[in-house]
Amino acid sequence: MAILEVTNLTKSFGKTKVLKGISFQLEKGNVLSVIGSSGSGKTTLLRCINFLETADGGKIVVDGDTIFDSESDVKLSKKQQLEKQLKIGLVFQDFNLFPQYNVLDNVTLALKIRAKERPDFKKNKKQIYAEIEQKALALLKKMGLSDKVKNYPCELSGGQKQRVSIARAMALEPKILFFDEPTSALDPELTGEILKVIRELAEEHMTMVIVTHEMTFAREVSDYIVFMDDGIIAEEGKAEEVIGNPKTERLKAFLSKISD
Amino acid sequence: MSFSTVNSELFIGFFENVKLFGITLLFALPLGLIIAFGSMSKFSPVKLLTRGFVWIIRGTPLMLQLFVVFYVPGLLFDIRFPGSNPRMTAAAIAFVINYACYFSEIYRGGIESIPKGQYEAGQVLGMTKTQVFFKVILLQVIKRIVPPMSNEFMTLIKDTSLARVIAVADIIMVAGKFSARGIIWPLFYTALFFLVFCGLMTVIFGRIEKRLDYFKA
Ligand SMILES: Nc1ncnc2c1ncn2[C@@H]1O[C@H](COP(=O)(O)OP(=O)(O)O)[C@@H](O)[C@H]1O
Ligand SMILES: [Mg+2]
Repeated sequence: MAILEVTNLTKSFGKTKVLKGISFQLEKGNVLSVIGSSGSGKTTLLRCINFLETADGGKIVVDGDTIFDSESDVKLSKKQQLEKQLKIGLVFQDFNLFPQYNVLDNVTLALKIRAKERPDFKKNKKQIYAEIEQKALALLKKMGLSDKVKNYPCELSGGQKQRVSIARAMALEPKILFFDEPTSALDPELTGEILKVIRELAEEHMTMVIVTHEMTFAREVSDYIVFMDDGIIAEEGKAEEVIGNPKTERLKAFLSKISD
Repeated sequence: MSFSTVNSELFIGFFENVKLFGITLLFALPLGLIIAFGSMSKFSPVKLLTRGFVWIIRGTPLMLQLFVVFYVPGLLFDIRFPGSNPRMTAAAIAFVINYACYFSEIYRGGIESIPKGQYEAGQVLGMTKTQVFFKVILLQVIKRIVPPMSNEFMTLIKDTSLARVIAVADIIMVAGKFSARGIIWPLFYTALFFLVFCGLMTVIFGRIEKRLDYFKA
């Protein structure tokens, strides 16, 4: 069964239809890349699935749990919605790290806040916090940031910031991790370290959805690629086929423009 | 009239200034935050009402507001200010309202200058709006508003001497009584009190700025 099922998702801003009925599925452990020219609706799609925008219509099912359904009358409380949202992690293009917290605290903040709701929190506070920190340190080690845990975001390079933000998202153990152009805000020489981290996650079968303009990377890391054009999925398929053998004129034009 | 007599009288007067300064901050700092949220409300009646109120308070002289607070309740509703010092109470109310409105605009500027991405990052990490505000946004806002706040604090200590128009016995009023008896110098000497106080403020705010220097926002 697919871990993510998006059905006929629509979204308008005022009169502009940005998503005109998007449907796709993603299998557990697979990587889906979303490509398409600027303004085609890629970010909006990610934001709708992450509840940063509310879609107008359609249905989103994560791991058998309907997290959004425009047809349903069931009204979720804010709390329930937050819980559902946690099934999906999001890595932003421009990191959005919390500047006043050091690297470790950026990763542990949300977990520590959540831990306060545990019934045994008062009794085991020390131990709970220690466990959270262990977990965060392990993630940061994996991101190659063991020597930066006490640094503040302003002391890091763009690539390091993005790796912290990946660790921060991973700390909540999302079922699916979304990336919105994770290397677009980086200097070209720094994109490699982020792509490497994502590649490693893919090898560990982390389920991911990646919006990217790095075609070589997309082809290599993804199982499946969707090409968005003006609010619809204009072409989709296995990575090799979509990039190696595009069928629509729009995709051909897009790929040749990108490779310039 | 000996220097030490004048000095101690002036100190008693200045204590009134400092008291009004303290009370104003104590209440206007939190009230300003509430007004700031009102003026940013998505519910437009609340927003318009709050902004209208802020416009009136910022658009009229504080001196006039002192008169209004002191006289109008008595004239219209026969209400008298309770407490041993009704003049100070009236002055405090006028100052709190006035400064809360100025603070609210500073808060609003600070809050609105925080990038949307900070809220969104908090949200996708499962934090509630309140948690995001207190754990993520607030300290960044504080860092940004320290310089304009230091200005307001200095203006406030000097503004407190306006309270003498409703006969709060502040330092200028005390000095004025000496002048009326032909002793002019205490009036100029009061400047030293304000200068020292503002100097102290400058040092304290400098420390706060330094404290918050460890991060960039
Ligand atoms: N909050 C918004 N309000 C109005 N229009 C928006 C908003 N967000 C995105 N859009 C519009 O939606 C379209 C798709 O944007 P976006 O999803 O960011 O595309 P992409 O990420 O593929 O570049 C663009 O035309 C953009 O101007
Ligand atoms: Mg985008």
